[in-house]
Amino acid sequence: MSVDKDTVRRIAKLARIALDEERVEPMMNELNQIFAWVEQLGEVDVAGVPPMTSVVEQRLRMRDDAVTAGGDAEAITANAPLSEDHFFVVPKVVE
Amino acid sequence: MALPADPTLFTLADARDAVTAKRISSKELTGAFVKAIEDARPLNAFITETPERALAMAEVSDARLAKGEARALEGLPLAIKDLFCTKGVRTTAGSRILSNFIPPYESTVTQNLWDAGAVMLGKVNMDEFAMGSSNETSYFKPVINPWRAKNSNQALVPGGSSGGSAASVAGFLCLGATATDTGGSIRQPAAVTGTVGIKPTYGRCSRWGVVAFASSLDQAGPIARTVRDAAIMLRHMASVDPKDSTSVDVAVPDYEATLEDGVKGLRIGIPKEYRIDGAPPEIEALWQNGAQWLKAAGAELVDISLPHTKYALPVYYIVAPAEASSNLARYDGVRYGHRAAGVKDIVDLYEKSRAEGFGAEVRRRILIGTYVLSAGYYDAYYARAQKLRTLIARDFTEAFKTCDAILTPATPSPAFGLGTKSDDPVTMYLNDVFTVTANLAGLPGISVPAGLTSDGLPLGLQVIGKAFDEATVLKVGRSVEQAANFTAKPATWWRV
Amino acid sequence: MRSAKLIDGSTGPWEIVIGMEVHAQVLSKSKLFSGAATDFGAEPNEQVSFVDAAMPGMLPVINKICVEQAVRTGLGLRAQINRVSVFDRKNYFYPDLPAGYQISQYKSPIVGEGEVLIDLQGGETVRVGIERLHLEQDAGKSLHDQHPDHSHVDLNRAGVALMEIVTKPDMRSSEEAAAFLRKLRAIVRYLGTCDGNMDEGSMRADVNVSVRKPGGPLGTRCEIKNVNSMRFIAQAVEFEARRQVDLLESGGAIRQETRLFDARAGETRPMRSKEEAHDYRYFPDPDLLPLELDEALIARIAASLPELPDDKKSRFIKDYGIPAYDAGVLVAERELADYYEAMTRGADPKLAVNWLNNEILGRLNRDGRSIVDCPVSADANSAILAMIADGTISGKIAKDVLDIVWSEGGDPRAVVEKRGLRQVTDTAAIEAAINAVIAANPQKVEEVMAKPKLIGWFVGQVMKETGGKANPQAVNDMLKTRLGVPDGG
Repeated sequence: MSVDKDTVRRIAKLARIALDEERVEPMMNELNQIFAWVEQLGEVDVAGVPPMTSVVEQRLRMRDDAVTAGGDAEAITANAPLSEDHFFVVPKVVE
Repeated sequence: MALPADPTLFTLADARDAVTAKRISSKELTGAFVKAIEDARPLNAFITETPERALAMAEVSDARLAKGEARALEGLPLAIKDLFCTKGVRTTAGSRILSNFIPPYESTVTQNLWDAGAVMLGKVNMDEFAMGSSNETSYFKPVINPWRAKNSNQALVPGGSSGGSAASVAGFLCLGATATDTGGSIRQPAAVTGTVGIKPTYGRCSRWGVVAFASSLDQAGPIARTVRDAAIMLRHMASVDPKDSTSVDVAVPDYEATLEDGVKGLRIGIPKEYRIDGAPPEIEALWQNGAQWLKAAGAELVDISLPHTKYALPVYYIVAPAEASSNLARYDGVRYGHRAAGVKDIVDLYEKSRAEGFGAEVRRRILIGTYVLSAGYYDAYYARAQKLRTLIARDFTEAFKTCDAILTPATPSPAFGLGTKSDDPVTMYLNDVFTVTANLAGLPGISVPAGLTSDGLPLGLQVIGKAFDEATVLKVGRSVEQAANFTAKPATWWRV
Repeated sequence: MRSAKLIDGSTGPWEIVIGMEVHAQVLSKSKLFSGAATDFGAEPNEQVSFVDAAMPGMLPVINKICVEQAVRTGLGLRAQINRVSVFDRKNYFYPDLPAGYQISQYKSPIVGEGEVLIDLQGGETVRVGIERLHLEQDAGKSLHDQHPDHSHVDLNRAGVALMEIVTKPDMRSSEEAAAFLRKLRAIVRYLGTCDGNMDEGSMRADVNVSVRKPGGPLGTRCEIKNVNSMRFIAQAVEFEARRQVDLLESGGAIRQETRLFDARAGETRPMRSKEEAHDYRYFPDPDLLPLELDEALIARIAASLPELPDDKKSRFIKDYGIPAYDAGVLVAERELADYYEAMTRGADPKLAVNWLNNEILGRLNRDGRSIVDCPVSADANSAILAMIADGTISGKIAKDVLDIVWSEGGDPRAVVEKRGLRQVTDTAAIEAAINAVIAANPQKVEEVMAKPKLIGWFVGQVMKETGGKANPQAVNDMLKTRLGVPDGG
């Protein structure tokens, strides 16, 4: 697996991380180094092997349908960089 | 046994006895650590010191001790890795993106400790979002290992990601510290700082309120001075938590009670695949010594094979970044944390806040993770890595048919110089070569100080056990500890 | 054999192919993976837990009732209940998606294939296949009109449980699409798994529309998002189908895109946001385990299912002997069906359905009410029908009684007694009234011989003479005999 600059730009976009043009090539090289190293996983025959879903045998626990949280808009918005009347405020989003 | 004059040198167990016997108050003990922390700023182990809170908690503890209402860890000062959300106290995960985050909730693990009466000294430094093996990726600057090589002033790394936890224990800044381990982040720093660190079975400790890195690998555990101390802390950190769906409902045994049971009759597996080409001979020698110590204590040595060991690190470097890329998507500058200034629209807000807020290693791993999950690559990389993980776990299940615990080196090298390995990500990743298998298989593992290099730097030995068999892991670790008789301490060069 | 529903283009007929994805908000007290409340209309961010706000270290724990509601709905759709299902993360960035991913189900949904039968106007029944139903989190809401440069985000809805119900592309007309949505709504309301309230957004439909020449390959489809009213479904489908036909016939090609329905203009238009191909990077959520359902749970839910619309309709036809169309109307709303059944306890079922259709539904519509706030109870209606049946009042007077009870309340029998509305059946009294009318109108008596239809005028006069209380049938019969008008007049 190896990536080119366009792929690096596309991935950075998907991950919503700004990548200055001068950083694209160094990042590409770093990523390719890592990807080259993980290539060896292709050697193993994994036919019929299930993916690991959980480390221990257990069932998904379910909780009762009760209201046990919420009711504190102040706490929810206390760390917000910008809020108004307990709304989170962001630059206008065009639908 | 005579206690040291300086209370900061007490083990946690000794301190527990001392406060119970009222030979020292929690206030005095806490005060001593507060002072030690102030004097240890060159180590940069703490991101947020909380002396007032600590002394207030100590006062409460002293009152309870006076009334005979002491809880299990009453009045004992601990340091908390800055990955655990502490209510009302800044929690940064070592990152700029959370540098101003004040959680309105307390993690289950730390709440367990406060419910047991422990005292919080502050939040200790770590690799950003737990991604690193040297504590060099922290936004809050690196932590310096209290240990220095003989005749050297070179600053050494304390390992990572729990570098602050390990350094604060090794530097006598607390009785013990909480830490987390995703690929080795408890065991590796413990090994290079001469401390004890145990990562329990996945699901043993709750992850609720622990800032997530890789959900299927993260696990909380203690770093402490002795195996006994680690056993005491783990017992109180562990619990089943209905707020964590991956938390397992298995009773928490009294790990202290079985600690001295010895290893007679236990079978200790020695996996041949952990013999790595190019590993320093001192590491190999230490491993053999360790095996012999256990044999002398009555254990039987068994050769075992864990055939898929060599794939563990690459599997980890697909699975962990993939999960991290999704777990870290919430850091977007909208509801908390760093928000970039002067942005033109929402996409700009996301892109700049995250580029400014995350350091280079975190950005790199997010991109790796995003890529391996992306369309066209999921099957070849993530899905395949998860299948390989099953094979790695099966290796252990098979091996545990013929042994009760496995002995390996903890790290491929002692503490290295600051800045000497950070140019090449893959070289840095290799620090986790011995530890990462236990995370992938979800098994418990401990690192115990076992010897010194010729330069006088600590080395550790690792014991890996069966799922939820921390008692055996601790017992074997205790046996190694006894045989190793590791009494070396770093010189307190930072107290000028 | 299903009748073809084609629309005409300039080059010949076209077939519309329609599929739907319906998001139905689960009726539950708390959210799918958090303990925050789900009520509509709360103050901003008042129903948000730290988990919903995706704060650091927060983890999902699944709500047992939401799981049961999904199973219940699956059974109502006659669908396969999957014993093991998996929750996956669907990763994308949007301000109303706090974690940067939605917990959904991708490859292994909780419910598999099923079906819904829909009844059309002409009496035809069409089977719409269900592809799957899965559970997922709803997103929060953004307001864009509070400020020129800002959007305001409220996470109250974030994390509420949704059932996404995906149909197979089995619908062929706007009528079928509307009928399907109505039927689905009825089913979930019967089951109590969703209130189907499109105004409050607890049920939303995305409609996929494509066109093709009959017998030809499937055309490129466009998705019309968030059609949020029953009224607009048919309109949206028709506009879109016509748009596609016109475009294809003029030599253009259909671009696969997502469109919005503009209700005011009655048309669809492309969504303004850049159509970047979404790469959702689905992977199983590592904070959860696969969901395993045990047989006992499924059996318990199956045993607790109420009678569903199709079964109720069949039973009404069989037990009450009413026409299929009427039965279909009645069962569309469970409350209406229950109201009707209550009426049958005191009145003839056929008369009851006619009464309901002709008198009650019209008045409810006029007053903007629904059957649940009908001012006249089922028992009151039965009482009125009973009085017609035993001759106490005429059909005409019965409507007056209904109007009185509708606006003033009261027991119908009491109303009849108090206002002296009892029908006059006493032959002597009627005869006296007939005599009076005949005596007063000798000319008309002459005319009626030639024009037998004029008897209606006489009936009217006699009714007036008796203050409307005479039994009209008795008046009619007696007049005919008296005037010697043959039957058939």
